[in-house]
Amino acid sequence: MNLRDELRSEVARLTTRRWFLRDCGVGLAGIALHSLLRCDALAGSPLPNPLAPRVPHFTPKAKRVIYLFQAGAPSHLELFDPKPELTKRNGQLPPADLLKDYRAAFIKPNSALLGPKYKFATQGKCGMELSETLPHLGTVADDLCLIRTMQTEAVNHAPAQIMMNTGSQQFGRPSFGSWTIYGLGSQSENLPGYVVLTSAKGTSGGASNYGCGFLPTVYGGIPFRPTGDPVLYLSNPKGYDVKTQRASLDTLQRLNSLALGHHGDPEAAARIQNYELAYQLQSSAPELMDLSAEPASVLEMYGIKDPKQPGFARNCLLARRLAERGVRFVQLFHEAWDQHGDLTNGIKNNCKDTDQASAALVKDLKQRGLLDDTLVIWGGEFGRTPMVQGGNDGRDHHNRAFSLWLAGGGVKRGYIHGATDDLGFNVARDPVHVHDLNATLLHLLGFDHTKLTYRFQGRDFRLTDVHGEVVHALLA
Amino acid sequence: MTPRHFCRALIATFASLAPWLAPAAAGEIQFDREIQPILADHCFACHGPDDQKRKSNLRLDVREDALKGGKSDGPAIVPGKPEASALMARLTTQNADDAMPPAKEEHPVKPADLEKLRRWIAEGAPYARHWAFAPPVKPPVPAAIGAKARLTPVDVFLAARMAQDGLKFSPSAAPEQLCRRLYLDLIGLPPSPAEVKEFSRAARKDLPAAVAGLTDRLLASEHYGEKWARHWLDAARYADSNGYEKDLAREQWAWRDWVIQSLNRDLPYDQFLIEQIAGDLLPNRSQAQLIATGFLRNGMINEEGAIVPEQFRMEGMFDRLDVIGKSALGLTLQCAQCHSHKFDPISQTEYYGIFAFLNNTYEAQTWVYSAAQEQKIAEVRAGLAGVTARLKARSPDWADRLAAWEAEELRRQQATTWEIVEAMELHHTTELNHPVSLPDKSILTLGHPTSGGDTYMIAEPNVTNVTGLRLEILTSGDLPFGGPGRSYKGTWALSELVVETQILGTNQPPGTNVWERLKLVNVTADFSEPDHALEPEWANAGVDKDAKRTCGPATFLADSNNLTAWRADRGVGRRNADSVAVAQFEKPLTLPAGAKLKFSLRQDHAGAGSNAKNTMIGRFRIACTTTPDPKASTTPYAAVRALQTPRAQRTAEQSAEIFAAWRQSVPEFNSFNDEVDALWKQFPEATTSVLNLAERTPDDARETFRLDRGGWDNPKERVAPQVPAALHPLPAGEPPTRLTFARWLVDKRSPLTARVVVNRVWQAIFGVGIVETAEDFGTRASAPSHPELLDWLAVDFMEHGWSQKQLIRTLVTSVAYRQTSRVTPALLEQDPRNRLLARGPRFRAEAEVVRDIALGTSGLLTDQVGGPSLFPPVPQNVLDFNYVKPDWPVATGPDRYRRALYVFRKRSMPDPALSTFDAPTADTACVRRPRSNTPLAALTSLNEPIFVEASQALALRILREGGRNDAARADYAYRLCTGRGIKPAERTALLQLLAVQRKQIAEGWLQSNQIASGDDAKRPALPPHTIPQDAAAWTIAARVLLNLDETLTKN
Repeated sequence: MNLRDELRSEVARLTTRRWFLRDCGVGLAGIALHSLLRCDALAGSPLPNPLAPRVPHFTPKAKRVIYLFQAGAPSHLELFDPKPELTKRNGQLPPADLLKDYRAAFIKPNSALLGPKYKFATQGKCGMELSETLPHLGTVADDLCLIRTMQTEAVNHAPAQIMMNTGSQQFGRPSFGSWTIYGLGSQSENLPGYVVLTSAKGTSGGASNYGCGFLPTVYGGIPFRPTGDPVLYLSNPKGYDVKTQRASLDTLQRLNSLALGHHGDPEAAARIQNYELAYQLQSSAPELMDLSAEPASVLEMYGIKDPKQPGFARNCLLARRLAERGVRFVQLFHEAWDQHGDLTNGIKNNCKDTDQASAALVKDLKQRGLLDDTLVIWGGEFGRTPMVQGGNDGRDHHNRAFSLWLAGGGVKRGYIHGATDDLGFNVARDPVHVHDLNATLLHLLGFDHTKLTYRFQGRDFRLTDVHGEVVHALLA
Repeated sequence: MTPRHFCRALIATFASLAPWLAPAAAGEIQFDREIQPILADHCFACHGPDDQKRKSNLRLDVREDALKGGKSDGPAIVPGKPEASALMARLTTQNADDAMPPAKEEHPVKPADLEKLRRWIAEGAPYARHWAFAPPVKPPVPAAIGAKARLTPVDVFLAARMAQDGLKFSPSAAPEQLCRRLYLDLIGLPPSPAEVKEFSRAARKDLPAAVAGLTDRLLASEHYGEKWARHWLDAARYADSNGYEKDLAREQWAWRDWVIQSLNRDLPYDQFLIEQIAGDLLPNRSQAQLIATGFLRNGMINEEGAIVPEQFRMEGMFDRLDVIGKSALGLTLQCAQCHSHKFDPISQTEYYGIFAFLNNTYEAQTWVYSAAQEQKIAEVRAGLAGVTARLKARSPDWADRLAAWEAEELRRQQATTWEIVEAMELHHTTELNHPVSLPDKSILTLGHPTSGGDTYMIAEPNVTNVTGLRLEILTSGDLPFGGPGRSYKGTWALSELVVETQILGTNQPPGTNVWERLKLVNVTADFSEPDHALEPEWANAGVDKDAKRTCGPATFLADSNNLTAWRADRGVGRRNADSVAVAQFEKPLTLPAGAKLKFSLRQDHAGAGSNAKNTMIGRFRIACTTTPDPKASTTPYAAVRALQTPRAQRTAEQSAEIFAAWRQSVPEFNSFNDEVDALWKQFPEATTSVLNLAERTPDDARETFRLDRGGWDNPKERVAPQVPAALHPLPAGEPPTRLTFARWLVDKRSPLTARVVVNRVWQAIFGVGIVETAEDFGTRASAPSHPELLDWLAVDFMEHGWSQKQLIRTLVTSVAYRQTSRVTPALLEQDPRNRLLARGPRFRAEAEVVRDIALGTSGLLTDQVGGPSLFPPVPQNVLDFNYVKPDWPVATGPDRYRRALYVFRKRSMPDPALSTFDAPTADTACVRRPRSNTPLAALTSLNEPIFVEASQALALRILREGGRNDAARADYAYRLCTGRGIKPAERTALLQLLAVQRKQIAEGWLQSNQIASGDDAKRPALPPHTIPQDAAAWTIAARVLLNLDETLTKN
């Protein structure tokens, strides 16, 4: 059998299988998987496969990630980090020594302190103190690994979101999700490996929050849209029915196969396959987004009143559905937390939108046995100042300390990591820098963060740049 | 003898003449190609150029240092004696504590590489400069080549390399395929069937001549510049928005037009770079040369609230160095931002040395005029010069009179002494921006612009008998068009100047501020607009939204009425000028020592939407006086300021200001003054602008410091402009300016610049560069596939006056380019990536070309060159997900079908269609796109509206031009889409689809109009003798044809 016949039969084989991007070829130029020495699936293949499932450096605790990114920066002081001392000192100026070299974004540093707007209550067997605005989260406190000592460098939203998601304030680096797919490949049958879901408004960091940076395009996050076509250009043009679409694609595949027989370019074989996968996506994506088959009890658990109504709660349930279907990395972006003013109402309303569904996701994953190997992450790009902004109901950007929680996938349960000072201003013990968090997350996925590298411009780049220590205390 | 046979014969003799073509004989290890990469990969991170991170004081990238050795061992290398060399001992020891690289790196040197190192040391361990740091030397090409064979020099180099692997050129591609290949490569548009036919006819007579002829024709097309501009736009990270959170629209298309035009007139590449880096500094620079400097201004601008602008200016500077590194030098300059480069000889100080050449600029914005407007401006200026000449002729003693006036004016000014007030605190009430105090104590506000609110400063001046204060509103190179305002015209409005005092010792609780307002009277200004209602565009600042506002004289700034504002727009051509107002205190003011004064500039006369319609004051300065009855002179303030410069040192502009001020002050010149005003009224209003570079004035020069760890706020020692010592030196005797740097960049002695650009052009045509890492030619770059060819091309390029057209001609008229792209099993096995070019290039076209193919094939294309960007249809669910929802007036009519080059590029919302085909985001420079092949791309070309509309138009075109029956139409359709005729099996498949779909339509399963026009009620413009069903069936077929692999691909 000559090569062209072989290619043709390979196409025939592939098109009968329900693989998504997994087997598609990118231009051979795009591949540089030299650091993944264990990846020998590609060796010798004329059609390299950048998305083939790969084995990480060591046995992972987490096989997939659901990252609930809370853009805008939620106030740790109203949600996760109780500060009775701050209540006492409401209206006083912060101690001068605290403000040395301090830079907030908007306010003059010597603004008065603002007491937390909400009370905290002890939750779960572990006795985790959480805000009264998070009643549902309280019910899963024993599953949470709460970090109260996150730190970052950036104090403006876009650079800080990019920092959280790509490990750098400078644009152009791959996101955590992209690194994950680059490292692990995709295991989903007919969906992308990295799906992005959005609610509220657009984020400050924009598409770069889930971009592939300098990694090949196939590693970028694919947004599934809350309205209209869930995947861009999924719907056929007006007037086409399924039969016509099928007939069109059959003809296209036939014509492409005929040409392939002549020119023999493996890229064309990959293209044939990708049109077939596109066709499959036309049914699998709507099926995914259609919640009508979910029992009422599940919708109720997530607080979804109308399953067609876009929003964070719906996205949480979609995240679980995506996880069930083998999607490796799901990232939700909920841009709503920038409470420079109207803090009291803002926090209350945001919690109404997010608390129940976030907790439901943890419960739902748990009851389905998925939580053990699914890593759930909930947090934003920085915290809020203990000092007031504006009149008496707002907080500015604060990068010295903020909170973030993890659940599932190999992290401790019912655990609080680190502590801030009495005002929630600085970390008092056990700081976790963004790089440390990312090093730890990669560790949970089975990677030595110093070895998951990609050579670009002569340098081996990492998610953690030249920083990051795994925080072993977080690991179960 | 066929060319190929000839070639093989030729190599035999050629190889003996040119030793570099023969494979290196055993025993001749080449340091730069074989040893340096091993050392770079395993050793240089700790034992390389970066002295901060060097371990054991051992340096292996410099021979002398390696022979000396480090702290721990003896000589790392003993030439001739591998067994005595500590390097080998460390690399081979079994003792884990001594082993190098350290075991934790898990990156041991491969046995084959160890053997190479051993042999190299045995041979004496010769070092050589990394190939890319030595200037290219043109290898000789035997004269016989051109005369006897049709092999070009490029082919000879390729053939020689192929011969090493027993490969040879493939036969020529079919003329149809070649024709389309040339069209897509040179102009990025598909040929029409008639053009293919014409070429094929010529090709049958003489293929090389036909290719050369078509090449010349296409290189002369204005669409050539559009196709090749896109490659440079990637490198220049061109976008139509500012990036970051707000990602607001910017006007920068004039720069894009400059690129298109420069390529079309084949502006030599050296000049192309000089103008983009320092066009503003060229003598008698043209508007075009100023626009060219938009290149470095294409980076992102952060307008997020409360940013520190200097932080993001610095980020922008790092980005500019990255762009120069990737696009011009092929060096990873940015690796030296935080520390000396770990692999290449670029120290951190040298990085900031390059930085220093570029750092002394304003972030300028300049009006761009059309050619007709430029003509008009020349007329106005000539008219003004004429007035001046006539005035001087009528008053021959003008110089004496002017001098007397100057003396008198200076005396008047000096009669009032002003004490400039220094700010202790500076804020804006919205806290959205942070004004800063400059060395001259003026206050500059950059960053987030704001509609409404006060810019305020708190000071503690000595206030004894202060009679009044002066407010200067000053231009700055960092403001739009020089300002002094921050509106889109550089204008401003001052609703109220509030002066308050807070007396020391007042015991106020924290968080409260009790200030006592001081009354200002007798306000005067050098210039004010007449009293009039505020124009609607500025009339909704969000503060007292519905109030009726007015603007006019300076008295409005102190009338305790926020609804009135002082404005001083001097009209088109003259509005970007300094202004001054002077106000008196009701009675002389004396305050106890330590008393604070607060000056609030209330700016509520602005439109809603803080960015687009702000009217903030960009730069101002406040001073106090004790002179009784202070008043502003009506002499234009720019002239007042100019007078402070001694006459001999004045710029022509300053002298002109003074002359004009004097002229206005003399009643007998009133008719001249009227003439001048009439002339200025003819000055055209520009319709677009450009972000450009402008050199800072000497009194405002900016110094450069090494930034510790690359932190913007961590300056260490001052760094003078300098270039890396490992590269060629600066031109001797030239001042260390940006222009000198630009000239250095394109110096013929540069080892990199020419190599980098020829490699990039090669990559665009053949798919992969000779150096695959087009952005990096440093020691970690992949080895060139054809080093001698690269050097030949680089030198040949410079010898041909840096002509990109000539370079492209050289490449596409080669035998290599003409080959068929058919892949045989043997070729795929031996050279899967076609680096050796034993077959023609074949790959999916770039994103923009994919879209343009659909437009060109269907006949929808509007081929207007240049102009503003257009807004393509973007799904609502994409538009909705923006931090700031953009205005998105979707293009209709012919604009909708302009080339993808003109699609509006919004950084945070990459074009959903183009990005699927790997168009870059413009966050950073990109000189090498990935080429993906995904189901999402398939969905895009099947269903995206422009592609769907193209399928509808293509159907009508096929019906109109393709003949009366489906078989003839099928052939024509194939010619339109792929350039070639249809084959029988293909015809069968296509006719079958048509037949089935016609039946579906006839049976009523499908609705004709819906498919053919997207609208039940709209019948497409049917060609004669066709029916709606034809249009529908052919639309279905056309959609298939537009998605053929061959349609999307350069075959």
